[in-house]
Amino acid sequence: MLDLRQYNSLGDALRAALERWPAEVCLIEADRERENLRLTYRQFKELAQPIARAMQDGGLANGTRAAIIMTNQSKWLISAYAAFFGGGVLVPIDYKLTAAEQIKLLQHSKAEFLIVEYHLWRAITQAERFTDLRAHTILVSEAPKGADLSGAKRWEEFKDSRAPVFVPRERQDPACIVYSSGTGGRPKGCVLTHENYLEQCIALTSMYPFWPGVRYLSILPTNHAIDFMVGFIGPFTCGATVVHLRTLRPEYIREAFTKYHITYMALVPMVLKNLEKGLRQRFADLPRGKRTVLNSLIGANRVLTRSRPRLKLSRALLPQVHKAFGGQLRAFFVGGAFTEPATLQFFYDLGIPVGNGYGCTEAGTAITLNDFRPFRADTVGKPLPGMEVKIVNPDSEGIGEVAVRSKTLMSQYLDDPEMTAETIVNGWLIPGDLGRIDSAGHLQLFGRKKNMIVTEEGKNIYPEDIETYFDGLPVKEFCVFAANYLWPARTMVGEQLVLVVHPESMQPITAEIVANITERNRRLLNYKRISGYLIWDRDFPVTASMKIKRFELAEQIRGQAERSTVVPL
Amino acid sequence: MAKYEEMSTIQETTNEVLGLAAEHFKVPREELTPDDDFFKKLGINSLQALDLLTRIEQHFRIELPDYELQGVSDFRTLAERIQKRL
Repeated sequence: MLDLRQYNSLGDALRAALERWPAEVCLIEADRERENLRLTYRQFKELAQPIARAMQDGGLANGTRAAIIMTNQSKWLISAYAAFFGGGVLVPIDYKLTAAEQIKLLQHSKAEFLIVEYHLWRAITQAERFTDLRAHTILVSEAPKGADLSGAKRWEEFKDSRAPVFVPRERQDPACIVYSSGTGGRPKGCVLTHENYLEQCIALTSMYPFWPGVRYLSILPTNHAIDFMVGFIGPFTCGATVVHLRTLRPEYIREAFTKYHITYMALVPMVLKNLEKGLRQRFADLPRGKRTVLNSLIGANRVLTRSRPRLKLSRALLPQVHKAFGGQLRAFFVGGAFTEPATLQFFYDLGIPVGNGYGCTEAGTAITLNDFRPFRADTVGKPLPGMEVKIVNPDSEGIGEVAVRSKTLMSQYLDDPEMTAETIVNGWLIPGDLGRIDSAGHLQLFGRKKNMIVTEEGKNIYPEDIETYFDGLPVKEFCVFAANYLWPARTMVGEQLVLVVHPESMQPITAEIVANITERNRRLLNYKRISGYLIWDRDFPVTASMKIKRFELAEQIRGQAERSTVVPL
Repeated sequence: MAKYEEMSTIQETTNEVLGLAAEHFKVPREELTPDDDFFKKLGINSLQALDLLTRIEQHFRIELPDYELQGVSDFRTLAERIQKRL
């Protein structure tokens, strides 16, 4: 791989990679059984240059913010490189958000450029607050012929042969503004520097190396912090290949493994569990004799790989399983949310290690990762090289709040010094999770200290963001909490949101009010929905400026109501 | 791939989607209504919803990109998305 210590910026490092491996394939884009595109590093550069030139002609300069809203596809990476090349700051926005939410984040980030897929752009132009959009240059990809682009330009039309000018950046300059939440309430735009990413890349690739010939299967969108690192920066700075699959359908994922001989893949727990379910079903369908033999071989593999993974041995013992995954698979990476130990163990016993870790956007993706020496399903691994992890105020069992210090920590939340000061204290990031470091140096997690949930799709949901969707509810006041925050369970599973409603005095919660809550809940994306409501008959404690004192209210509820009193919706 | 040959009304399409969902997830057809939230009613996640989409594609002989399911959680809206591609 490139020695990333010699580069000051992502643009600098990526530019060097394109020169270093011109003939290697860097990117394949597949959609179902079709292969849309295959690019060498040289061809990638040739496609990116006109986009970089177009952005520079449009005013992109040192520090200009450029947002991308796209599904996982080749143009995401090409556009991102073009923005970095021209000295821009990238604002990756989740394409799964609603158009109104995307507009809100675009406004907050003050992005001047927007690169977006046509179907997403169409939704944005139809949103109520479209006129709030301030981006002056918009490039839309994959628009049908004759489509009304509402003033935007077609991505594919830029073919200018004039070379763009490379704009150098310093290590401490912002590289990306990544939103970890705040679509409904207070936006949390993590400002991550070039140094944050370069250091994270060095740490991760020291444990999981890439090289020319390695193929990474990308099914997560690249706005996802994990995919941005292990599906773009990591493989590109090592001369490896990224295979983008534009569907999450299990049948095409299975096909991609064998068609492209995948080496690594990152996924969220939900997809991993789905793969597990499919395999378990296939094993269960085997004739009894074959099933017995398979179970014996899995048992033998478990014993023989107890101290470390032994890929060749596992592939020889369980050839059919490994053949189904293309025969070259070295590991899965899972992150974004809690993964059940039984699932991790299931794959490890098959000879497919799952790199399970712990991280957050504020820390530049990963903080800890399993090094498989030996494999442990009950922890989230050891701190990555360069990461310091400590437990603040541990109790008698050693469990306390996790704190992290490293060169990968974000510099700040965009335009929010108050929230930055609450989150990074004396150089230590406080992610809000409870943990313990065991005698082997592994971190174990025991739930969250802060009021939030993470879905098994890897989405962080902050209750404050959900509350705006219930504005105008005909009750005296209401508040949304994470159930595990109200009733700490020392677990990372069963995370749900609860709406606490205080009816008008002497008024019951009528069927109309419940219907109102249900209807508003329906309008939320499915992973953001509340699971039930709790009736609270006393005034909420508030500050002088009438803001709800959430911590105090949670303490009151914890003391007087049990989780079983939540009425499911 | 030939498109679904007979032009269906939105009502017919909705009924067919309900029938396919009932069959795919093994629930009685009469328990499903067009305005049901299928995630909740069927107790499924987004990957299982994609499975249903594949079944729907085979039935109507159309191709629905994954993003067509984005923000959709009730059968009626899903049927509308299908109808546009028939």
